[in-house]
Amino acid sequence: MADNQEITAGLAEIIEEVAGVAKDEVTSDKSFVDDLDIDSLSMVEIAVQAEDKFGVKIPDDELANLKTVSDAVNYVQANSK
Amino acid sequence: MALTQLTGAAATRILGVASMQPDTIVSNDDLAKYLDTDDQWIRDRVGIVERRFAGPDVSLVDMAVQAGSQALEDAGLEPGEIDTVIVPNCTMPSPIPNAAAQVADRIGIRAAGAFDVNAACAGFCYALGLASDLIRTGSAGKVLVIGAEKLTDVVDPYDRANAIIFADGAGAMVVGPSEQAEIGPVSWGSAGDLVDTIYMRDHRYIYQEGQSVFRWATTKIAPVALRAVEAAGLSPSDIDVLIPHQANLRIVEAIAKRMRVQGAREDMVVADDIAYSGNTSSASIPMALDHMRVKGQVRRGDVVLTVGFGAGLSYAGQVIIAP
Repeated sequence: MADNQEITAGLAEIIEEVAGVAKDEVTSDKSFVDDLDIDSLSMVEIAVQAEDKFGVKIPDDELANLKTVSDAVNYVQANSK
Repeated sequence: MALTQLTGAAATRILGVASMQPDTIVSNDDLAKYLDTDDQWIRDRVGIVERRFAGPDVSLVDMAVQAGSQALEDAGLEPGEIDTVIVPNCTMPSPIPNAAAQVADRIGIRAAGAFDVNAACAGFCYALGLASDLIRTGSAGKVLVIGAEKLTDVVDPYDRANAIIFADGAGAMVVGPSEQAEIGPVSWGSAGDLVDTIYMRDHRYIYQEGQSVFRWATTKIAPVALRAVEAAGLSPSDIDVLIPHQANLRIVEAIAKRMRVQGAREDMVVADDIAYSGNTSSASIPMALDHMRVKGQVRRGDVVLTVGFGAGLSYAGQVIIAP
């Protein structure tokens, strides 16, 4: 299982590709919407790619609870096989 | 006792294409006068620059008649040469009467076989598949298929999420017998378990679970399109033009991206007609093809992959050769 740092780095790669946010902007305390300016449809694209990359399921109702980068990292950590 | 059954033409093709849009152009700035939105926000989220609204004096049937008549002209046919009219749509003001019979009559097609098809935004591809198969089985000679929608009747103008997307218009194709097969088998299906993601709120206004529909469309529709390519006996690299239903430019681009991962060419032309037409549901695919022909983006003989998807949820796609 990947550690938090690896998950954050992997997530940052996805976020850069989907939303054009520089990788070093993606740090644990950042809010997707308020700090990184990522909209709801980009969140879906990020979730779909994260599912493939980390082998997790992120249903839409769970996605709604992932407000910050650390929320997402913790979710992946807790749910990946 | 055995009955007579018919056998029709060995192959079919598209004989003509046309579309119409109502006169009133509505820009993003026009919408920003009464919605909390702005031009850049709309362009970034859905890829729309402007769209057309029909207004109170233009009906779905009016738009269908105009697009259908022009498609006959494009095909070089008289109304009397058509025997069947199919009008895919999901926005007739009431279920009775249907659109197709009155549209046929107003175009001058007498005693036509006439019916509507409701598969929402997938409707045109469903109806095109039906038209081709009706001719191949001998039930019809030449078929006029007209996707027509007046979505402004079912959109809450103050609902920002939907009011910026949907628009009005009609697109038509004439289908007839051919020496060479130029309409591939339709690849269709549905996901009724997701019915609650697009519905009419209070039976009045369209509502969508944006994220769920987006996830479905961006992940499940490319495989449908690939099935259509395979059913036509082709490979993804054979596709010259991709025309997905014009739901949202970001969905269109996501489908194109997945097609390219599966071998579609980088130089495949991808329809972005939504930019100046909005989402016109059943009308979007023939309208995009018509506009792209006029602009020279699609030429006679090009291999065109169409795929529609929408409420139901329903989906359908097929390969066609551009007329």
